[in-house]
Parts: sequence; structure tokens; C-alpha cells
Amino acid sequence: MILLALLLLAADLPDGNALLGRIDANIGSENKVIVAEMRITGRRGFRTVRVKSWVSGVDRSFTEYLAPERDKGTKMLKLGPDLWTYTPATDRTIRISGHMLRQSVSGSDLSYEDMMEDPKLANLYAAVTTGADSLLGRPVWVLDLTAKKPEVAYQSRRLWVDAERHIVLKEGRFSKSGKLLKTSEVKKVERRSGRWVATQAVFRDALKAGSGTEFVIEDIQFDVPIPEGLFTKASLRR
Amino acid sequence: MISFLVKGLLRDRSRSLFPLLTVAIGVSLTVLMDAYLRGVGDSIFDTTARFVSGHVMVTTGARAREGATASNELALLNVADLRADLEQAYPDIAWTERIRFGGLLDVPDSAGQTRAQIPIAGIAGDLSPTGQERRLLRLDRSLASGRLPEKPDEVLLSDDLAARLKVSPGDRLTLLSSTMNGSMSVSNFTLSGTVRFGVTTLDRGMMLADLAGVRAALDMNDAADELLGLFSSGAYDDARAARLAESFNAGADKEDEFVPTMQALRESSGLGAMIDVMLAASGLIVAIFVLAMSVVLWNAGLMGSLRRYGEIGIRLAIGESKGAVYRSLLAEAFVVGLVGSALGTLVGLGFSLYLQEVGFNIGGMMKNATMVMDDVLRARITLSSLIVGFLPGLLATFVGAAISGLGVYKRQTAQLAKEFSG
Repeated sequence: MILLALLLLAADLPDGNALLGRIDANIGSENKVIVAEMRITGRRGFRTVRVKSWVSGVDRSFTEYLAPERDKGTKMLKLGPDLWTYTPATDRTIRISGHMLRQSVSGSDLSYEDMMEDPKLANLYAAVTTGADSLLGRPVWVLDLTAKKPEVAYQSRRLWVDAERHIVLKEGRFSKSGKLLKTSEVKKVERRSGRWVATQAVFRDALKAGSGTEFVIEDIQFDVPIPEGLFTKASLRR
Repeated sequence: MISFLVKGLLRDRSRSLFPLLTVAIGVSLTVLMDAYLRGVGDSIFDTTARFVSGHVMVTTGARAREGATASNELALLNVADLRADLEQAYPDIAWTERIRFGGLLDVPDSAGQTRAQIPIAGIAGDLSPTGQERRLLRLDRSLASGRLPEKPDEVLLSDDLAARLKVSPGDRLTLLSSTMNGSMSVSNFTLSGTVRFGVTTLDRGMMLADLAGVRAALDMNDAADELLGLFSSGAYDDARAARLAESFNAGADKEDEFVPTMQALRESSGLGAMIDVMLAASGLIVAIFVLAMSVVLWNAGLMGSLRRYGEIGIRLAIGESKGAVYRSLLAEAFVVGLVGSALGTLVGLGFSLYLQEVGFNIGGMMKNATMVMDDVLRARITLSSLIVGFLPGLLATFVGAAISGLGVYKRQTAQLAKEFSG
């Protein structure tokens, strides 16, 4: 009887990879422009970083720091696997590579590697739906993701996905040995331009002390025209 | 009496040569080991104190717990006031502020694009011409090319690192790091010169920068990771450092992770266990030496007694008391011990002097080492070198003769006539 109940339950769970495709379809777009604020709580205190990002597809983005004053004008350009940063004070364009990609972005709980990651999860992971649950008053599917390639930053992930809106509400990211490295928890979901968007989420580096980094999307626009010239190294110095 | 014994020893070399050589070799090895351990210990403590931990170090409680690789976020604030307080409270300690930083060192090409990059670890201190870091870090004698920094934005690189990056004095470098608050920090510096400390751990890839320049780069105004204190005597006194740290920390609020906390070199450098071993090693060597020599000389004495069986028998037969024979054996041992110990001390001092002046280069063995110590290990001769082998040498000879000589009391005088008639 128990075996039969488990088989019936398993039959009711949606296909993990199909679900992953729906998550990607909800958030993916040709272009998007985001204004966001990172609220970082460190051991010494609290501070905020405000950025504006222009994103094209899955492998091109341009980010400009708007605040604080010290970081204002700093720009970052991601082109495929490469990342460059430009600071007006030094007038230098520097490629960030190697171990620096694992460093924290502006002291937050997010690393450059996190920023560099292909946002289309289906490109990186194979998924299996392992259960059903509820979160923020919403029904969720629990998905276990396994990396398709060894070079992926997190070898496995566990996602709690809104069963109807197909948005990730909670996540744990793990190393190859199964150690929990990062967590994220969505605090607010809003409907923007016909899509469900997590506008407020808390990211935590599980290996670091502190109460995490709150990521708040102030504004997001999908499929807006972005000048092609923005995604060039020359635009960093403009 | 003594001259009679000495004549006996000189004329019958088999009675004195083996014990004398044994004592001399043992004493010379003890003197050499003592001076060598002392020199190596001094080198490790001195280099560690100058580059890593001072004799005592004041840092935040959080940084003391997490170690030197902890984030600059945990640095000390209001350092000028703290330093003034420390200088007033401990006038015989020289205090210096340091910032430790890490990041990516980027070398631009002529178009300002990245030509080379390498992860680095760096130390920032007051490198200005009037600052004491030039002396502490021995920069004048370590300079391999260029000149020492004169402006806050000038830095030094280890010679090996500069060669790997293909940069030379005058070249521009960019440091990509994090500010004390965690923001990204990108700062330009100019390479003023290269240094070679002769300390493999540092020569592998070290950047030395001026405190003012790094404070500006990492947004650490009036902040420092640590305040290093060096005793005016120049020598590390482990007991004193531990006492100072204990009294300094006694009233500290243990709940506050940013409270200034003092650590002795043994704690901050992680060399505690090693210090204990080194302090115990000299005593241990002497103890082992006395024990081993006593056994060897006991054996030598027994063999001597066998060989001198007839002589001792005749002396007893003609009326010399057993006590007098025993005392004469001890007196002979004293003479052998005195001469052997003096000879051994001289030979040991000779080898020690060579190691003190020339040293022993272990640079080849230090390629992957993490301990901060000079590549050339040297011995150090002190006043104790004169007695550390001499007294145990004398003692061992005496103990050996005292044990083996007890056989005199086992001789049955009633049997002597029978023995001689046989």
C-alpha cells in the first residue's frame, strides 16, 4: 500500500526539467533594465549600494554604481565568460578573473561568480522534483538540481518553486561535497510587465558571519531597447 | 697527588684517552646544539616579530580569534588615540601600525588594459623616510632594485614577484581589493623598488605599501588591523609578553568583538608549541647527554677496572684503604672530565662560531614553507655556551666513575693473597 501511495505521489510530481524551463521562461527576456538596491548588513554596520543594470539575453550585462558616493561611476561589463570593471578614480579597465571571481561584490553575500552565472538554470542543471510544500502562503514544488558540467560554481541546488507562478521562492546552493554555501529567500513577489518578479530577497553566504544581503528591485523593465554600443569595453570609460 | 694522577693518566693513555674523547665529543655536540637552537629560535622569533606579530600585538578581539587573514572590516578604529595610550602605558615598547591586505595586482599595458595579474598579500606600514618600518623591516639592506617609497602611492614588491609580473621601478600597478566596509577598491600605485628579504615566505609574493596610501585605498582612515609592539631590548621575552597580554586583557569587555585585545607572539603567530619545545630542548639535550655519557663512561670505567684489576688488588694488598682507592679513581675522573670538557667546549665553540658567522642556507628546503624565518640559519654563542656542555661533561665523567668505582668495595681483601698466588 505504502509503495503504491509513493508511486501515485511520484506520478503527481511535475517533471523537474520542464519546471526549470518554465522558471527560465518567466524571468527570461530579450533585454531588461533593472534599478536595484543591495542592503548589506556587515559586522560593523549597515550600508546600501544602488546599481542600474542593462541586461541583454543571458550573457551580456552592463552595470553602473549609482551610490554610495565612493563607488559612484564604477562600471562593470559582462561579456560571456569575461568580466571587466572600470573605476573613474583610477581610469583603469580591469578584467576580473580567477579567484577574484569568488570574492564578494561590494562586501555583500553575492560573489562575482554569482553575477556571472548563466541565468537560464536549464542550461546548467538537470532537475528532479522531489516533493511538494508551501511557502509564503503559496504551494511550492521542491526541486533538486544537479550540475551538468563540473565547472559550475554550485554543484547542486535545492529550489522551492511557486507551483503556479513558476518563481523561485527559496534556494540552497551546495558544494560538490554537499556543504551549504549560499541561501536565498524571497520576501516579496510582484507582478511587473506581465511577469512575476521577486522584488525583495535576502541572500546569505553560509560561510560568513552577518545577517545577509537584502536585494531589492526598485524598477525593472523588460524588452526595452538597449544601444548595442553599451556592451563594449569602450563604453566603460564614457 | 693531582700531579701523580695526571702523570698516571698521561703515561697510561688507554686509561684516559677513550673517556677523554667521549667527553670531548659529547660536550662539543652539546655546545653546538645549544648555540644552534638558540640561533634558530632567535631568527624565527626576530623575523616573526618584525614581519608578522611584534613581540606583542594589539588587535580587535574578532581579529585575534580569526587570525591575520580576517577581513579588514574587523580592524581597530581610532588608532591614533589607542597608540598614544599604549605609548604612555608601555614606554619601553615601540609601537607600529600595520594593515594587512589582499587582492589582485593588475599591471596595465600601454593602452591601460590588463597585461598581467596576480593575487597578492600585502603589508602596509609607515614606510616614509622618518617612519620606523624601514628599520623594522630592514628595508635598506633588503632593497634589490630602485629606491624605497617616498610618497604614499609608492610601493615595493618582492623581487621574485616583480620578475614574474615583468615590472620594474617606475611602472604603474593597480590594486583591486576591498575597502574596510566591503566596497570594491581599485587604486593605482607606482612601483618604487623591489626587495629581497631572504625569507622565502615573503619573497614568494609580497607587496609592501605605505600606510597612508593603503588607508586611502581601503577607506581605513585612523584605522589599522594591528598595532605591533617590540620590546626595546630587541629580544623576545615570552614570559613578559604573556604577562603584559594577560594584564591588558583583564578588564576587557569579552562581549565586544571589536575591543582592543593584546596577544603575545606565541599566540598571534601560532608559535606557542614551538616556543615551549625550544625552551625545553636545551635542558633536554643536556639531560640526555649526561645520561648517555654516564652510561658510556660507566662502561668505560668497568672495562678500566677489569684492566686495572691487578693494580687495584696490589694497592689494597699493600694497605691502601678501599675509600682511598675509590677517591683516587674519582680524582682521575675529575681530571679527565675537566680536560675533556674544556677540549669539547673549545671544539663546540669553534663549530658554533662558524655557524654564527657563515650560517646554514636552507632556502632550497623552504620553497613551500609558510613559516616566516630567514633562509640562512645561524647559531648564536652566548655566555651559557661556555657552561652548557662543560658542567654536564664534568658531571657525566664523575657519575660514570662513581658507579663503576663501586666495584672496589666488592673486592674481598681476604682473597687477595690467593688471587696473587694463582
